[in-house]
Amino acid sequence: MTSLSRDDVAKLAGLARIEMSDEELVALSNEFTVILDAVARVQEVAGEDVVATSHPLPLRNVFRPDVVIPSLSPQDALSGAPAQEEQRFRVPQILGEE
Amino acid sequence: MIRNSASEMASKLASGDVTSVQLTQAHLDQIAAVDKQVHAFLHIDTEGALAQAAAVDLKRKNGDKLSPLAGVPLALKDVMTQKGIPTTCGSKILEGWRPPYDSTVVANLKKNDIVILGKTNMDEFAMGSSTENSAYGPTHNPWDLSRIPGGSGGGSAAALAAFEAPLAIGTDTGGSIRQPAAVTGTVGVKPTYGGVSRFGLVAFSSSLDQAGPCARTVLDAALLHEAIAGHDPKDSTSINAPVPAVVAAAKAGNVKGMKIGVVKELNGDGYQPGVRKRFEESLELLAAAGAEIVEVSAPNFEYALAAYYLIAPSECSSNLARFDAMRYGLRVGDVEGASAESVMNLTREVGFGREVKRRIILGTYALSSGYYDAYYGSAQKVRTLITQDFNKAFEIADVLVSPTCPTTAFKIGEKADDPLAMYLNDIATIPVNMAGIGGMSLPSGVADEDGLPVGFQIMAPVMKDERMYSVGASLEASLLSKWGAPLLSTIPVLAGSK
Repeated sequence: MTSLSRDDVAKLAGLARIEMSDEELVALSNEFTVILDAVARVQEVAGEDVVATSHPLPLRNVFRPDVVIPSLSPQDALSGAPAQEEQRFRVPQILGEE
Repeated sequence: MIRNSASEMASKLASGDVTSVQLTQAHLDQIAAVDKQVHAFLHIDTEGALAQAAAVDLKRKNGDKLSPLAGVPLALKDVMTQKGIPTTCGSKILEGWRPPYDSTVVANLKKNDIVILGKTNMDEFAMGSSTENSAYGPTHNPWDLSRIPGGSGGGSAAALAAFEAPLAIGTDTGGSIRQPAAVTGTVGVKPTYGGVSRFGLVAFSSSLDQAGPCARTVLDAALLHEAIAGHDPKDSTSINAPVPAVVAAAKAGNVKGMKIGVVKELNGDGYQPGVRKRFEESLELLAAAGAEIVEVSAPNFEYALAAYYLIAPSECSSNLARFDAMRYGLRVGDVEGASAESVMNLTREVGFGREVKRRIILGTYALSSGYYDAYYGSAQKVRTLITQDFNKAFEIADVLVSPTCPTTAFKIGEKADDPLAMYLNDIATIPVNMAGIGGMSLPSGVADEDGLPVGFQIMAPVMKDERMYSVGASLEASLLSKWGAPLLSTIPVLAGSK
């Protein structure tokens, strides 16, 4: 039986960039014990001789002619921005102050 | 008039018995009358729909050549972008977002002059089987308002059953078109993967997602299928081949000499008696219409659900990374000195619902170093085995069939706290998405024990979508002559309904 502790879930939530309350972490950790048991069944038949399928279509590089077409105007591209400044997306601080 | 099929409405438009403005207004009136009870719609575009209708009427008056469904109204699942119209995917994180572009499906609808009434409710980011995961509240099944309309496309299916629209667009990642169709007594088709462009379909699981038609008859679904399908250079996974001749197949409805394979593993324990009974009856009708019924086995289907709940969460954990509070959508905690990371964390905490978080975390785990081979890697191998099972079965049979869902519609709230029980709804629909083939659900009657609709599923090989329409139209015709009227004529009339 695979299980994920509260701290394991907290680490995954951090990687997924989702803040979570302690209550939520504990609840998810309990649920994952059940869910992981169910999904681990895939290992029963996934032998070394079976090739993996990542996609239903056997596509490799798909090309199209490189034709110039109109793109979104800056106004349209910024139309959903939570914040903007000087025709750019305004974002919170990314680098620490040194 | 609103109870007609889309093809009947199209004939009345063509003969001048009704205008598109009148037809559109009749549907807007029905929405106003019943949608407080059903809650199929998240947004109603009254002005846009009437303007589009008026434009079609003018074209018709001028004698322009029009497409078969020109002027007929449609409900659009809220996962599809439409320029300037709110697109939420049932999530708080996209509340108020108005996309600056049309999805290819919407562009095709507009090109065919199909009138878009508004956006329909869905499980958040299409994750769910009941529409209970919508951040804007559940949709109610018009057959019994205390029950779920299926999911994730419960809004689109409920809109059809409540006569709020004769056509709708759905998307199907593990059954989100077919399962809602089954539990609402409507028709839903998941075309072959790549048959309909995904450009502008907000991605959940890119290798499984496929948009398709929802309607009240097989022919209506075929007409809509041909309107939206086809190669799109904007989607590199769209198939560059002619659209299968689904309308011709639906019109002919011929199954003579066809071999129909019953999938042994998708019928039996766990399937409600009334569901099985309707399924057996439908097989008899198809046999009487000249098809040969054979049994096929797909031993790896029993692993499909487990593989799906690794592949879909894995892909969603990556796809939903785009909701980062930077360029569009919700932004929370953007106070002086807050870091981008803390803003992302807080926004995603508030913006995503419980099921979406559950799947993102599960996917993050399944893809993480040290667990990748055991989970995501193994699931991809199961995907190969399922495809092989289908290939073998299609050597014996032209199409495969099963009940669409193990049960009829359950009560709202009944399975909300048990994710595994909820996932079991999709046991018969998921294998189709794993292999990228086509699947259709059409009504086969109501279950004796609860009087609720039952769906019959037809599966066809890649780009042989027309076979589903041949079988579907044949069965529909046999059932119609048996019942004397369409199944939906027996649905309880909603209070205030036109």
